[in-house]
Amino acid sequence: MIRRILPHPFMTLMLIAIWMMLVNRWAVGSLVFAIMLGIAIPLITAPYWPDSARYRRPGKIPAFLGIVVWDIIKANIAVSRIVLFMPRDQLRPAWISIPLELTQPEAISALAATITLTPGTVSCDLSEDGGSLLVHCLHAPEPQDVLDEIKTRYESRLKEIFA
Amino acid sequence: MELIAEIVVTFLLLCGAYFGFVGSYSLVRLPDSMMRLHGPTKSATLGVGSVLVASLVWMPVFGGIVSWHELLIPLFLFLTAPLTGNFIAKAIMHLSLRPEDLPKPTTGGTWRTYGHDSRPPVPETEGPNEK
Repeated sequence: MIRRILPHPFMTLMLIAIWMMLVNRWAVGSLVFAIMLGIAIPLITAPYWPDSARYRRPGKIPAFLGIVVWDIIKANIAVSRIVLFMPRDQLRPAWISIPLELTQPEAISALAATITLTPGTVSCDLSEDGGSLLVHCLHAPEPQDVLDEIKTRYESRLKEIFA
Repeated sequence: MELIAEIVVTFLLLCGAYFGFVGSYSLVRLPDSMMRLHGPTKSATLGVGSVLVASLVWMPVFGGIVSWHELLIPLFLFLTAPLTGNFIAKAIMHLSLRPEDLPKPTTGGTWRTYGHDSRPPVPETEGPNEK
């Protein structure tokens, strides 16, 4: 029953939070309208979201976001040093192919987005069977290290979050 | 109190300017288009991020109101930036790279950009038309 009215409870919560932040001041009327939108939009768009993401331990999401933000800051400083000071002929760009253990589309897109947002790596493509991810590194003298870091730092954590 | 806030805001704005500059400068300096793609991801994340945190600090101290819009901008930006990066990367793969230039997928087959059937597999659950 509750599944029929709220096919995506997490999306409903997100929509309510986003609407309240867009309104930018507290009012009960806004909250009522936010709840109406939060119920109506997932119902109307439900055909486009046939599967919902299955979470195993969603409580670990904040810790993962914290790690990603910290890594973005660290990598930004490292990459800005490469861009400004490294001679062009010393740059070692590399393509790496990452075998994925994640299978859920939502988990794979979370991993790909994380890789792109961390400076120095851009995720480019998925293999036809969805089992490997193509990543381009700006400067990776040891491509294996980058691969290991992505697998242990991000993928293992996403594997805990998603079922 | 106001002095501390001013120092924090100034520091964050300078950080934003620095990373915005590095992001744009890397477009000029890096040698090929695939590497140039790395530039905008920097200005999009930390450059915009520090300007928005500066605004988040400035609003309650000097503007007198708490503004939540600053939290929404990075949310939308972080949702859309990887997608544009991905599309540009795919365009570069089509235009200036061949499958031989790239490593093979570890699990076999080829990359979707080069596949004969580049559409995603049709999910087996019911679609909008079957209801």
